[in-house]
Amino acid sequence: MNTTSWGRYPVIEAETLSCVSDDQFRQAVQSSDGFIPRGNGRSYGDSALSPKLISALPAQRFLAWDNSTGVLECEAGVLLADILASFVPRGWFLPTTPGTKWISIGGAIACDVHGKNHHSFGCFSDAVLDFRLMLPDGSILNVSRTENPEWFVTTCGGMGLTGVILSARITLKRIASSYMDQVTTKTANLKETFAAFERHQHDPYSVAWIDCLATGSKVGRCLLMTGDHAQSGSLDFNNKMLATVPDMFPSFTLNSLSMQAFNTLYYGKAPKGESKQKIGINSFFYPLDIISEWNRIYGRQGFLQYQFVLPFASSYEGLNKILGEIGKSGRGSFLAVLKLFGKANSNYLSFPEEGYTLALDFKRDAGLFPLLDRLDAMVLDYGGRFYLTKDARVSKATFEKGYPHIDEFRAWREKQGLTNKIWSLQSRRLGL
Amino acid sequence: MNLQKKRILILGANSDIAKALCVQFAKAGANLHLASRNVKELEKSANDLRIRYGVEVNVSELDALIPVSRTQIIDNVYPQIDGAVLALGVLGSQTEAQKSEGLREQVLQTNFNVAIHLLEPLAALFEQRRAGFVVGISSVAGDRGRASNYMYGAAKAGFSAYLSGLRNRLASFGVPVLTIKPGFVKTKMTLGLPLPGKLVATPERVAADIMKALAGKKDVSYTPWFWKPLMTIIIHIPERIFKGLKL
Repeated sequence: MNTTSWGRYPVIEAETLSCVSDDQFRQAVQSSDGFIPRGNGRSYGDSALSPKLISALPAQRFLAWDNSTGVLECEAGVLLADILASFVPRGWFLPTTPGTKWISIGGAIACDVHGKNHHSFGCFSDAVLDFRLMLPDGSILNVSRTENPEWFVTTCGGMGLTGVILSARITLKRIASSYMDQVTTKTANLKETFAAFERHQHDPYSVAWIDCLATGSKVGRCLLMTGDHAQSGSLDFNNKMLATVPDMFPSFTLNSLSMQAFNTLYYGKAPKGESKQKIGINSFFYPLDIISEWNRIYGRQGFLQYQFVLPFASSYEGLNKILGEIGKSGRGSFLAVLKLFGKANSNYLSFPEEGYTLALDFKRDAGLFPLLDRLDAMVLDYGGRFYLTKDARVSKATFEKGYPHIDEFRAWREKQGLTNKIWSLQSRRLGL
Repeated sequence: MNLQKKRILILGANSDIAKALCVQFAKAGANLHLASRNVKELEKSANDLRIRYGVEVNVSELDALIPVSRTQIIDNVYPQIDGAVLALGVLGSQTEAQKSEGLREQVLQTNFNVAIHLLEPLAALFEQRRAGFVVGISSVAGDRGRASNYMYGAAKAGFSAYLSGLRNRLASFGVPVLTIKPGFVKTKMTLGLPLPGKLVATPERVAADIMKALAGKKDVSYTPWFWKPLMTIIIHIPERIFKGLKL
């Protein structure tokens, strides 16, 4: 069956083995010559694409819950949205969450996803106590920071390339309300943006929407959203969606003119300086989840999400250049997001490191790849690196420069006999 | 129907329709008692329901073809429940069932005899209490025998007739009996069968329809709805023509 991930590029012919029980997973891994585990297919590029997919999505049971410690054990296919639906009304929240709740626990660990509180909390793996990992021979390991620790640092952020995550224990955090106290800061250029980020560095959550089509003195202007959970209020929560984007969305509606108009209006409508809002968890963390299948707005050709991080020291100069280049190109998106990361963790392939990260969408068309190649070179010049979860095209030489532990990761895969048993289009392209 | 804190027994709780139905009952605040052969799987489902919805869930082993196993449920569980859903059943391969008496026996026993042996003691209890409700999951396959699955269909036809009689008997005692007739449903039971894509429903859809039928005090409910007009047509095709059709 034709299969693709969230960016709708690339598309490949793949067979999917859906599993729930350990026995089903065992049978699937043992009968497959080469496969990649897959969750909800919300990585953007080719991380979860291979001719043979082992889907943990049907494994959606909660296994254990301790109300005194907040420790939840669940199967790998449980979605963050499921956890929120059950636990927000009881006053619990994910200790960190990416910008979509439609991802599986297994995927969250394999991508070691991050959220708006990376600088104050860390990555998703920091919420993980331990997990069960099935190797290609069907054996199951318990993995934590102290038990089989090599498997912990290779599997968290390891893009499913070390085995199939079957279940995990994570620690939830207490909240008093399902509302957020948000402060929006409007800035006029990149310098102000950086100053605002640093001024708000002690706020638990922060992220900026950046106008990637601004040029000249306006490069880097943004709306910085910072905040924390409200101290009181209701605990209402639901996963309702507003609308679904049809599959035949006319692709000409997204062009440089309409994007420019959107960006200008969006920026323009926010009040000057700082303003305060009280908004729900869904609006604060998951603004796009309200629209089902929003990836379809880019049409059948799909889109590429481009995310990199630059070290703190070179962030300002680098982003100025890169944003300038993007602005000049006239390509760009509604959804350029800037964020200041905290320190890197010790997982071999986890993406975040201290510095600024920029993520944006590009509609896929003929002229796009040359622009991205130019951006790649600039990111490397400033010592940056790329996020596997978003990537569909970065070259091996470009990718490996950013990851000091990549050879240890490769050696571990080789030593454990995983290289030819578990692979994705991405791992083949990057020699992981 | 207010299901808050009601204790509902699910016979055949590992079926996909039953699982989806458990979610609906739990969301409505009902406590559940799950019975099926594979207790290990049941325990996992039970845990999931407890954690997710904060309801009470008990589990019992039931190997429905074995009389003692049924007796245990009847003696120990029935007295504590307020309503029951019979969701157990086996499809079996029609072509295999034509050749093997063993498989025939299994299909007929599970879908018909066993279902009745399980529901009859319950009917007696509810009649005496003048309270309770019964949901029986039958099938559109029971509405008319077709070459492709008439063993299963015959058993389900019998079961539908049984439920109709039971409804008639219990009506004056205020005990509703609901017959559910699903069409093609994407479940373990139909895994690997070539199903007509457009007509296939999810277990979640079927479960939602069952809840609606319960709330609406329906007697017989087709799910999804279009099976009702469809089966009305099929039932009325003259046998002379019907026998020549490939169905």
